[in-house]
Amino acid sequence: MPVTNPKTIVSTPILQISNICKSFGSLVANDNISLTLHNGEIVALLGENGAGKTTLMNILFGHYRADSGSIEAFGQTLSNHTPDDALNRGIGMVHQHFTLADNLSVLDNIMLGTESLWQPFSRKSAARKKLNKIMTDAGLVVDIDNKVRDLTVGERQRVEILKALFRNARILILDEPTAVLTPQEVDDLFVLLRRMSAQSLAIIIISHKLQEVMAISDRVVVLRQGQMVASAPTATVNREQLAEMIVGRHVERPTSAASTPGQQLLSLKNITVVEKSTKRTLLDSVNLDLYANQIFGVAGVSGNGQASLADVLSGLVQPTKGQYSIKGKTLKSASPVNLTRQGVARIPEDRHSQGIVSEMNIWENLLLDELGDKPVWRMRSLLDRGKARARANELIGSFDIRCKNAEQPAGLLSGGNIQKLILARNLARSPDVILANQPTRGLDEGAIAAVHRLLIEARDSGAGVLLISEDLDELLRLADQVVVIHNGQLSAPLPSAGLTSRELGLRMSGAM
Amino acid sequence: MHLEPRESTPWWLSFCAPVLAIIGSMLLASLFIIWAGASVIEAFKMISVGAFGSTFAISETFSRAIPLMLTGLAAAIAFRAQFYNIGAEGQLYCGALVATVVGTGMFNLPAAVMIPFLFACGALAGAMALLLPWYLKTKLSVDEVVTTLLLNFIILLLVSFALEGPMRDPMSMGWPQTAPIVDEGVLPALIPRTRLHAGLYFAVAMAIVLWLILRYSVFGFKVKAMGLNAQAAKHAGIPPTKTLFWVAMLSGALAGTAGVSEVAGLKGYLTLDLSPGFGYTGIAVAMLANLNPLGIILSAIFLAGISVGADSMGRALGIPSYIADIMVASAVLSVLIGLMFTRYRVRRS
Repeated sequence: MPVTNPKTIVSTPILQISNICKSFGSLVANDNISLTLHNGEIVALLGENGAGKTTLMNILFGHYRADSGSIEAFGQTLSNHTPDDALNRGIGMVHQHFTLADNLSVLDNIMLGTESLWQPFSRKSAARKKLNKIMTDAGLVVDIDNKVRDLTVGERQRVEILKALFRNARILILDEPTAVLTPQEVDDLFVLLRRMSAQSLAIIIISHKLQEVMAISDRVVVLRQGQMVASAPTATVNREQLAEMIVGRHVERPTSAASTPGQQLLSLKNITVVEKSTKRTLLDSVNLDLYANQIFGVAGVSGNGQASLADVLSGLVQPTKGQYSIKGKTLKSASPVNLTRQGVARIPEDRHSQGIVSEMNIWENLLLDELGDKPVWRMRSLLDRGKARARANELIGSFDIRCKNAEQPAGLLSGGNIQKLILARNLARSPDVILANQPTRGLDEGAIAAVHRLLIEARDSGAGVLLISEDLDELLRLADQVVVIHNGQLSAPLPSAGLTSRELGLRMSGAM
Repeated sequence: MHLEPRESTPWWLSFCAPVLAIIGSMLLASLFIIWAGASVIEAFKMISVGAFGSTFAISETFSRAIPLMLTGLAAAIAFRAQFYNIGAEGQLYCGALVATVVGTGMFNLPAAVMIPFLFACGALAGAMALLLPWYLKTKLSVDEVVTTLLLNFIILLLVSFALEGPMRDPMSMGWPQTAPIVDEGVLPALIPRTRLHAGLYFAVAMAIVLWLILRYSVFGFKVKAMGLNAQAAKHAGIPPTKTLFWVAMLSGALAGTAGVSEVAGLKGYLTLDLSPGFGYTGIAVAMLANLNPLGIILSAIFLAGISVGADSMGRALGIPSYIADIMVASAVLSVLIGLMFTRYRVRRS
């Protein structure tokens, strides 16, 4: 690239990762990867799942040993180091899934593990002083005497960052930091990251979201299949180029054209769910109508009742109050089998634990949802193994599930292929209603595009799709109408045309 | 060194794993034989002669294998559905008790009706013994390991009460045993002048039937899916409560028939020492066979052979026959380790 980032000229590298190679068996996870990081620089590390980002970070952190190559931090080589060595050297990491103890205060969480067990008293006041200084310097505000369980997701992330700063981190690695945040919280986080980088903290962000990468990073490093395919100043690349570098070919997320809704397929009337043990209202008088030829989006920050809504819709939980009807017929008690028979396909939120049985073969997994329907069952109670295998091979072909053969355990497939498997067995029955709960969470660009295409195809052939998602871009591209779920309540449906992600974000945080 | 999951298991490996495991357990047992001061070769020779060396030895081994097959099958079907039924011992006694109640003169039926009738009653009784653990697990999520295990003691005390009181044979001269099963209910002997009885056909048939059910039926598919991932199975429409109900009924019924076959085939009447822990050994039988019904036929014969053979080795060489228990226990442990290698391969990292 001809344009160089001005920052690379003025400062010397504080972290130099050179020629790292690492293989697991025949799989080359990192093939000759080099990366440099300068004071105050924000580098985005991009790549599909399995591209080698996590492996590289695990090597940097001392969880894995590299087969060859070297790491130099602040002028000293790090070799055969442990995670503790990395921490002491000033490398801090904020994981995607927070590692905080809910029942302890912020201060206790931050001090956890920083003091020797032989020290008779905890030096809390010194820690408090240090934390206050860090917070004023970084412009980061958290009430450090609050219990972690009372904090919002955004605040918890700030605690994780504080934890790293408290240990004098000068290199901060953030793994998918925006996955759980609302757009407003993302803005706040980026302001914070900018301010910290101005105070010469170096930051590596691992991310899937290209828009955000473009907004925050100074430089992007793209990994693909273990190799580094690009390292360039962010200003010199655009979003489309990045997407292409990540996947290795041109991909475009499909956008759905407008369509006119048909007959009513599914309706919820005054659905209320109260959790028995805590008496907490999870869903509060929810009304919802889904029509044919429609993708109906449900937006919301995680934990506002989406899981409960999905449970009611897929027949796993019976609502405390209210009516659930399919095609005008009220269901007395909605069970998964019953719903399958009524033509309701369900794509669960957690595909590993709810979508597949990982130890079973692919062909067996492709049968799972058919228990209500039985096209490959003989005499209603016997399994036609030959026919089931043949059909599985057909589905593997038509839904492009990448695997060795149908006998392979489903758990060894990649996330995208697992999702294709789940979609295959659901869509093959041409369902009238599709409940898709976070269908693309954690998938890479190629797989996301495939899932989106399948959902749009299903809608265009007359199905109604209920799409619960936290990805606003996904909702705005796919959905014809969007409702916002907040504190167990649904807003009135809004046509997605003309809606901006900012407005949707404000509604999600309950501000509108 | 680390483990990574295999994409597929070669057939020879799934065959070799239990064989290697058994060799491993024999090596371990050898240490104890040496410690006891006997010759290892002599000891194993005595075990195999004692178990398989003559028609009589074989008949003893096989008749010991019958209840082990049935309790092994009971454990296998339950464990496959992650329903840890440790109560096969109690269900066995339930089956035996009810078979004795209805088989000692309450009904007058020809043998062709009487024998199936006894088995049906025993199966039903065994199944009923699992009704409470099933209910407690599915409705109140009480751990079935605890309930089935504790029920064993309750059932045994109940049997003891029956033997001391209402069901004691007046002709037994005070011994706690019941009146004998009527002649029409006694299982025919397979080899004259041995204890081997027709229960063997029943047990082998049950193993084959269970294998067919698990492999070729929708019910078997449901059990498999539920056992491996209950959440995904539920999401896909496999009703957990109902499926577990049939699993529990099947498991209890199989254990119950083990009791019937012992009473009607071997002993002829019910005593409190009807089973030397067949219900518990059945778990080892099932584990050794990796919960495969056809494998259970072999593993039951193997474990029966070891215990019958060890008895005669003990008598001949004067070393304790507890060596048999050590072999059984270490065989189960080594099979579990062996099975891990059928699912994972070792890689140098």
